[in-house]
Amino acid sequence: MAWFRKEKKPLRSAERRDVPTDVFVKCEGCGEAIYREKLTHNLEVCPDCGFHFRIDAEAYVELLIDDGNFNELDMHLRAADPLRFTDLKAYIDRIGISEAKGQGEAVITGTGVIDGMQVALAVMDFRFIAGSMGSVVGEKISRCGRVALERRIPLVIVNASGGARMQEGIYSLMQMAKTSAVLADLHEAGIPYVSILTDPTTGGVTASYAMLGDVHLAEPGALIGFAGPRVIEETIKQELPDGFQRSEFLLRHGMVDRVVDRRELKAELAIVLRHMGNAWENHS
Amino acid sequence: MTASPHLEFERDIAEIEERIKNLLSVADGKGIDVTSELDVLRDKLDSLREETYRSLRAIEQVQVARHPRRPYALDYVERCFTDWIEMHGDRSYRDDEAMVGGWARLGGDSVMLIGHQKGRDMKENLRRNFGMPHPEGYRKALRLMRQAEKFGRPVVTLIDTPGAYPGIGAEERGQAEAIAMNLREMARLRTPLVSVVIGEGGSGGALALGVTDRILMLEHSIYSVISPEGCAAILWRSAEHREEAAEALRLTSENLVELGIADEIIQEPQGGAHQDWDGAALTLKETLLRHLTELSGLGTNELLRRRQAKYEGMGAWRENSAAHITGEVSAGT
Repeated sequence: MAWFRKEKKPLRSAERRDVPTDVFVKCEGCGEAIYREKLTHNLEVCPDCGFHFRIDAEAYVELLIDDGNFNELDMHLRAADPLRFTDLKAYIDRIGISEAKGQGEAVITGTGVIDGMQVALAVMDFRFIAGSMGSVVGEKISRCGRVALERRIPLVIVNASGGARMQEGIYSLMQMAKTSAVLADLHEAGIPYVSILTDPTTGGVTASYAMLGDVHLAEPGALIGFAGPRVIEETIKQELPDGFQRSEFLLRHGMVDRVVDRRELKAELAIVLRHMGNAWENHS
Repeated sequence: MTASPHLEFERDIAEIEERIKNLLSVADGKGIDVTSELDVLRDKLDSLREETYRSLRAIEQVQVARHPRRPYALDYVERCFTDWIEMHGDRSYRDDEAMVGGWARLGGDSVMLIGHQKGRDMKENLRRNFGMPHPEGYRKALRLMRQAEKFGRPVVTLIDTPGAYPGIGAEERGQAEAIAMNLREMARLRTPLVSVVIGEGGSGGALALGVTDRILMLEHSIYSVISPEGCAAILWRSAEHREEAAEALRLTSENLVELGIADEIIQEPQGGAHQDWDGAALTLKETLLRHLTELSGLGTNELLRRRQAKYEGMGAWRENSAAHITGEVSAGT
């Protein structure tokens, strides 16, 4: 367990932020050239069309947690290779490459303060093997949930995942059951859990903790679904409607409570937590 | 496409079966005694079957698990249970025929029986969607599990699905939420739960019936996070590598016991359950009875405590210098 105070620094985009010549960025939404610095100050949201660029896990911690005071938990958990899985590359080498980049795993967990309220926070990191859920992700989410349970503080998870980590075979499937079981305890104990859905949230993560929140907040335009759009297209042999499996589509179909602009995310989250907080604190 | 009754690796077996059939018809027509020839052929058939099925490769196990003549959930219901009352619908949208459920009696006692149901022919498969449920199927299952809990009856699930259905309606109606809710509710359902993988245990669609106190697998069933074809398409960038993927995923019943996930393998009749439905059903029934008796001996709190501990320990990871692997005692490395 480590306590660290982060220095204030601007949010970082998950993509190609290390290229110093990128003075302008082309918006993937409207195609306009955006001044890099302006985009950074706008939390990686296009000032013209509101397109949300992906940001990494540390950036969400910084965005949500007061003054960057985040007590990271279980940072030393690392993937094992129980199946000794090898496809075109050995799983152990894939892990090694990602770890060498300084990413411990596909989720950061810890405790911190959001607008004055203690919370347990987990943020998934799409950079680490497509944010896939293996045993470490399952174990860290599950321990983070138990911290929320023991300390009776709300749990917030920021989701971003390509699904189960195939290289861990049946163990990765079982993480869906394991994490959902912890959420059952939180639910029974009357402790709030808010799921934040970002681009993309698919597969086994969606079919477990991402869809079990008391409240679901989705960033605009995020891909959220169980089956991937390509698999669906191949199965039904027809083109998918515009906006299929995007946040606004899920809102219309009743799967998320609100679509929230990243620039409003912390404020909305705080209001929601405060609403739920009164009720459950009185019961404890 | 009509389903081929024989798998490729069964070709020699099929040939001997054909010879026995021919011999019998000749003998019948002419009244000749062919007993000794038949005995020779039958011995040969038995040993060939045993040999073939003893050493199936992973991809062959997958083929057997998907065999078009393999018994499906309702075939076992008919053979293992009495007083079957099928119940329909999720009380919200429609009845999903890819998922069946209802009250049934096993031995003397009532259980809630829920299972994926594949169709035997194309016409039935259109109704049953090849055993791939939509969200309302999972919601029907959950409704029935809650009913079992209410009346203090155990739940038995029979798992046999290629997986959740990748379609527009399934996504619109929230199949991710439906599966997730089953996982959460099954984790704490206050009644014994036993699941049996009888054929294909395909990913999230299978797990939605699989959070249980006991996980049993028929000998030639499989259980996997993704189909070998899907895995090969993603990791090998071509579905043609399904054999390697099937091997790598460790999806056979033997693998699942080794990995500490499945509790027991239920032996199938020689040559697979598709050769002898009654025989397969009898073993299944006896095994289910034994596990339900054991579980009913535990109090509800103890049952839930064990279920919680089991799922808490699921997975394999390293922490500092220690490794945790399901089914193994934590050991320093």
